[in-house]
Amino acid sequence: MSFLSLERVEKTYPDGTRAVNGIDLAVEQGELVVLLGPSGCGKTTTLRMIAGLELATGGAIRLAGRDVTGLRPSQRDVGMVFQFYALYPHLTVRDNIGFPLRAAGLARADVRARVDAVAARMDLERLLPLYPKQLAGGDQQKVSLARAIVRRPAVYLMDEPLGTLDSDQRLAMRELIRAEQLASGVTTIYVTHDQEEAMSLADRIVVMEGGRIRQVGTPAEVYDRPSDLFVASFVGSPGMNFIPGEVAGSGGRALFVSQAGQVRVEVPLDGTAGVSSGQATLGIRCEHVHADAGGSIRGRVVTEEYLGSARNVHIEAVCGRIVMRADAAAPYALGSEVRLNLDPSQISIFDGATEARL
Amino acid sequence: MTVGSSTNETPGAAATVPATAPAPFLNLRGVRKRLGATEALRGITLDACGDELLVVLGPTGAGKTTLLRTIAGLEQPDAGTITMAGRDVTALDPAARDVALVFQNFSLYPRWSVRRNLEFPLRAPGRNIPEAEIQSRIAWAADLLRITRFLDRESSRLSGGEMQRVAIGRAIVRRPRLFLMDEPLTNLDAKLRESLRVELVELRRELKTPMVFVTHDQAEALSMADRIVVLSEGRVLQTGVPREIYERPVSPVVALQLGQPAINLIPVRREGGQWRAADGTPLLRADASGPGERLLGVRPENVALLGGETASGAVVRIVEHTGPTTTLLVEWFGSRVHIVVPRRAAVHPGDRVHPRIDPARAVLFDQTPQSKEGP
Repeated sequence: MSFLSLERVEKTYPDGTRAVNGIDLAVEQGELVVLLGPSGCGKTTTLRMIAGLELATGGAIRLAGRDVTGLRPSQRDVGMVFQFYALYPHLTVRDNIGFPLRAAGLARADVRARVDAVAARMDLERLLPLYPKQLAGGDQQKVSLARAIVRRPAVYLMDEPLGTLDSDQRLAMRELIRAEQLASGVTTIYVTHDQEEAMSLADRIVVMEGGRIRQVGTPAEVYDRPSDLFVASFVGSPGMNFIPGEVAGSGGRALFVSQAGQVRVEVPLDGTAGVSSGQATLGIRCEHVHADAGGSIRGRVVTEEYLGSARNVHIEAVCGRIVMRADAAAPYALGSEVRLNLDPSQISIFDGATEARL
Repeated sequence: MTVGSSTNETPGAAATVPATAPAPFLNLRGVRKRLGATEALRGITLDACGDELLVVLGPTGAGKTTLLRTIAGLEQPDAGTITMAGRDVTALDPAARDVALVFQNFSLYPRWSVRRNLEFPLRAPGRNIPEAEIQSRIAWAADLLRITRFLDRESSRLSGGEMQRVAIGRAIVRRPRLFLMDEPLTNLDAKLRESLRVELVELRRELKTPMVFVTHDQAEALSMADRIVVLSEGRVLQTGVPREIYERPVSPVVALQLGQPAINLIPVRREGGQWRAADGTPLLRADASGPGERLLGVRPENVALLGGETASGAVVRIVEHTGPTTTLLVEWFGSRVHIVVPRRAAVHPGDRVHPRIDPARAVLFDQTPQSKEGP
């Protein structure tokens, strides 16, 4: 049995709002699982139900072999991390790290031992007698992470912990969390609306929308083989390009033809789908769109986004707007005509009605 | 290899528009502003052309908001001049400058409908705009920003992205001569920011109205700007097109402002024809001229991994997948270096790798880092 499992978990508020709509999830010990989705998708409610801060109105939650569905937070052995708050300037690093333990009423000797242990693990021992203002920025972040994880619960639950940090700090903190989580092996559930954060941190990503789970998979699976149009557009920066059209085929292969007929591709289907004909949407990531003088898609450059290490070229084509990832050193003039090809091995096809991957 | 002249750059000279560019619409010359004990602006000189999106990039406290408020006329400079379309506006009040300011926190009247929020600036006393003209401008702005279907909805019932579109709408219905944007996308979800970035660039280009856009977000600055002004502690550090600033930053401070993960900055010394790290690891071929100790700047995507099984001191510590590329944190010459590789490269934590710095894309700075923090 999984270390943490959710079975048909639901949350309906007294006013009838259904925040979480019967979700199943199994997390193995030591995994870092990210719940990803836009605001209102149910990710935070799910996390709070695992923590016991909200009670599920249906279904069951099991943690380390126990049914914890009706238990109070303090009985569950979970560690909730909301944000990496600034350090208390008037306390030493030792007292900053020990603060949550003292607040929980631990004996002085126990606090000391636990702080020593986390400091040894994170290589912070020499900093313990110092005050926050004596630390370099990177060390301050390490200390705030140490304070957040000084307790060793069965699972860490992190609710957008990097939200208030600026982008440089976020990146550094992300790396610290990943390194520390790998080293400690504590199972972690992490909530964010930032797909890049999810991709970079997760062993597996759970994409949520409208109170339901849309897909569970490794970052590569979610990125390469999104289960539906929502996942395809939400994951990736930018999201997938979509081209509307029709698909006809059976027996594992199909021909996709775009509405304007510029795109005709034969695509292998995932097998589970039966006969599939009718309206469909082709999805392709910007790095698999290539400029090619012999390409079948004609378009005009409307906008360019320079990114430093690359550029996104926005092209208005008959089949809609397409974003192409291009070399940073090769600018395109606005208004210039281009022809494009799509890498056929990287194409996804989604059903026109259900929006599910075919 | 580019050699950054880091010390005695005159920001004023760098900030002016080249002679070939169209006539500048907005000029600031030596603008200073003290707010209480802090010198928020320490002599700002910059120009914005008549059809340009100028991004002012800087960390919190750089003076970005004070700069915008001074251009808008909400603050009076202690020294210096501001001209618009050749006319000195330094002493003019905000209304007489005909500029529109959009803030980070949307600032709509929450109980009013979207339509009433949009009408408000047009019905200001003394404007005397005919009713038909008011309605046609609102219809135009609503269509452009795709908010027509919300026009009769109460503003407080909109999502963050919708509210910010309305706030931008309230700025454009006035048809001002200049847009001033103070981190308008900062409070929005990452996904929404991404799409509004493109929308705003295309909207501005269609209106052909100059815009000064203030942000601390380097991705916004790089992707949106026609030119970027890098601001730090009330001073302009560098001005240029995004690619120029990204590839040829004048100082380590500017280099660190752009790019994510940040540029690797490595203290090096010249020995035996090579620039070497502190432990002697050779990183780059060195010319014989100039100082013997420098700071080597190399962006993560400009370090390649070579094949081969020979002994190497570099070990991969962290592997982060970010879509088309993979970011590695590599322990090399006793330091930590970020390397971005194509996704196809199959690299795992613990792997020994052979990094090689692209000599054409490395930058050498004169100054050595202030702290021992290192890259």
